[in-house]
Amino acid sequence: MKINQTVSRQQGLSLRIVQTKKFKTNQFVFKFRSRLNEDDVTARALIPYILQSSTKKWPTTADFRSHLDELYGAGASVDVNKKGEYHILSFAVDIPNERYLKDPTPLAKEALNVLKEMLFNPLLEGEAFSSKVIEQEKRTLKQKLQALKDDKMRYASQRLVEEMCKGEAYALHPNGSEEKLNQVTAEELYQAYKNMLEKDAVDLYVVGDVVAEDIASYCEKEFHFPDREPVAKPDVKSINTTDAKEVVESQKIKQGKLNIGYRTSIVYGDDDYIPLTVMNGLFGGFPHSKLFLNVREKESLAYYAASRVESHKGLVVVMSGVEPAKVERAAVIIEEQLQAIQNGEVSENELNQTKAVLKNQMLETLDASRGIVEVLYQGEVANPPVDIDRWFEKVDAVTADQVIAAAKKLKKDTTYILTSGEE
Amino acid sequence: MQKQTFKQLEEEIYFETLDNGLTVYILPKPDFNKTFATFTTKYGSIDDHFKPLGEDEFTRVPDGIAHFLEHKMFEKEDGDVFQKFSMQGASANAFTSFTRTAYLFSSTDQIQKNLETLIDFVQAPYFTEETVEKEKGIIGQEITMYDDNADWRLYFGAIQNMFHHHPVRVDIAGTVESISHIMKDHLYQCYHTFYHPSNMSIFIVGPVDPEEYMEFVRANQASKTFDPPQQIERKFDDEPEHVKVAHNELKMEVQVSKCMVGIKSNEKNISGDELLRKELSINTAFEVLFGKTSDYYTDLYDRGLIDDHFSFDFTQEQNFGFGLLGGNTPDPVKLAAEIKEILLKEAQNPTITEKKIDGVKKKNIGGFLRSLNSPEFIANQFTRYAFNEMDLFNAVPTLETLTVEDIHTALKDFIKEDRITSFFIVPKSGGDNE
Repeated sequence: MKINQTVSRQQGLSLRIVQTKKFKTNQFVFKFRSRLNEDDVTARALIPYILQSSTKKWPTTADFRSHLDELYGAGASVDVNKKGEYHILSFAVDIPNERYLKDPTPLAKEALNVLKEMLFNPLLEGEAFSSKVIEQEKRTLKQKLQALKDDKMRYASQRLVEEMCKGEAYALHPNGSEEKLNQVTAEELYQAYKNMLEKDAVDLYVVGDVVAEDIASYCEKEFHFPDREPVAKPDVKSINTTDAKEVVESQKIKQGKLNIGYRTSIVYGDDDYIPLTVMNGLFGGFPHSKLFLNVREKESLAYYAASRVESHKGLVVVMSGVEPAKVERAAVIIEEQLQAIQNGEVSENELNQTKAVLKNQMLETLDASRGIVEVLYQGEVANPPVDIDRWFEKVDAVTADQVIAAAKKLKKDTTYILTSGEE
Repeated sequence: MQKQTFKQLEEEIYFETLDNGLTVYILPKPDFNKTFATFTTKYGSIDDHFKPLGEDEFTRVPDGIAHFLEHKMFEKEDGDVFQKFSMQGASANAFTSFTRTAYLFSSTDQIQKNLETLIDFVQAPYFTEETVEKEKGIIGQEITMYDDNADWRLYFGAIQNMFHHHPVRVDIAGTVESISHIMKDHLYQCYHTFYHPSNMSIFIVGPVDPEEYMEFVRANQASKTFDPPQQIERKFDDEPEHVKVAHNELKMEVQVSKCMVGIKSNEKNISGDELLRKELSINTAFEVLFGKTSDYYTDLYDRGLIDDHFSFDFTQEQNFGFGLLGGNTPDPVKLAAEIKEILLKEAQNPTITEKKIDGVKKKNIGGFLRSLNSPEFIANQFTRYAFNEMDLFNAVPTLETLTVEDIHTALKDFIKEDRITSFFIVPKSGGDNE
């Protein structure tokens, strides 16, 4: 399985074009990456929202969105997240391919124009963003940060990471903090924006039925990024794991949450990373995994019990929703499942099944244009970058011994329990 | 086997109704890796009052049974069907809505084997008292999880405000209490009534050869025996046009208040093109009035009453329908009042113009094209449309012919003061021990 991509490095920008006729729309995604950092995480988190709310050409959200509607419902969206200890700001435009429209006006260039206006021509008042826009977007982000606490599943995941990685950049929420939000100044915001354009690692992905040369020459002509130093690589492996700790919190809720974080010191790009993903698939990644079978199906303790790998930080995290009175029992069973793998209980059958499902999942991801972008970017963020073309062969080659060895690298770090206040 | 071609979209759909009544649709997507298939029955949470197959009297079954049945279908005498799919490199799932239960898999390998597994497991019920009891624990946890989910409570709170009797007001999963009454015989009764091939359809989308797959399904069905198709009789109590309660609210462990305004539809027997036109008219009206380019959205956003998670939606099924508008807000009272005022004003003196509709039409055409990138969307929506005697691929042509008059009339019919309700989720205050 090869992804047919054209790679070109232009000044300050790395451009990847994946040509495919699979989709009826063409996808354009800019990724800006810097180190996750307490000082500017909140200001940076605001930038994409400010830039998508108004530009010099389209000074209000309504103007901007009307323009997108005119482009046959081009979708513009922004996103803020983290990958390991990198902070990543994404700007995406997804636009119909005109061959499916009665109106044959070429739209790919229009999509790039939208991105150009959004990134380089924001609505400014002197050397700052419009104060009205700043106030609005601060308010919206504040509501977003508060609403995060209202989704108990996400809340428990975030709290585990905060407790587990105290003092590490990874503990920061990519959207920043409410406290910092109240203090962010217009100057800091504008500085964060300039830093983003001048210092971040910038990648542009284009997926669809497009002419690669046209895209490349447009970028050369219209996107001017100054040269920059590579973004320093975070050191996420030399964290000393101390004794496992447990944090219990209570709220007036009905279902308890039991989340457990393990350190692996294996990150994306390492030789044992793919064995680790297979091990995670066996442990809690899928409906045939040990966690699902034992915690949910055999013992009826939970509706969900799953695990996932934090690829660029080297963590494995277990998440489960459990009746508050049964949290301890569930914790014991989860631990037993990990021990079972560590003790070598990995059948040929389970191993093959897990590989088949992992490969299936990857192929399906590649059936969505955003999926293609995310898979390629995953490889790009690793340092040195990882070529994913050999991913399928590597999964096939994983042995039971490698899976067991990866499982043995899991060190329990923190257990986070959200329990009912009424008990 | 018949074929319908959508030239502009470069899509073809093949379909056939088999002798036993099962309808099969195949949409080839040669460039895709994965094949996605659904096996859906026109049976959802609202079908709680019906004449069981072969009986003369109506019966009522416990709340949450369609969803319970969906869970139990996966367990067989020789183990769990999830395992089997997983062994064949597929991921399987299922969902129950108000009107449908769908079983599905997606896979990039061993497609025919997975398709066979899908069809065979849905057509081979196996329930025992013991496994039914065990499932109550799992579903109990699922219900509890939703109990803590403020968005879900908001959604259902608004629906419960609207409906007096209609079973749409019951949570799809039921309650811990209601599912405690479910016995294996209930499951068999519902299964035999609603899982007849004539009440079901299969949709396959992916890099498949239509002739080969149609023949495969034909042969599979021909090897099994089914009772002759029979008209399913469902019963719904008379539902008043006005809402049950004009307002209600719930205190929860949340930081931000949430507000939902619901409008109850008065359509009780609608299908086909009429339903399609109705649904598109109201959705277009909502987009013109509350979309991100609208004056109302801009005003509410500028005043801090809404954030960018503000949403609106209108759903119409054959015998119930509703519109919902709302989201997170610092002042639910004010937001609900504003939305209500806008709706009533627009029903009386609509400001919607030809030009505004044109913008929305263009946007929706693009949105539809984007949806066609997703096999899941095509399979799920096509089936929903077909069960309501509508054609998904007719949505854009119908949209193109909508007029200002259509939209004004739809709004006037739909929005009446006594059909509007509001529901809030508000933060629990510190000392509250509710």
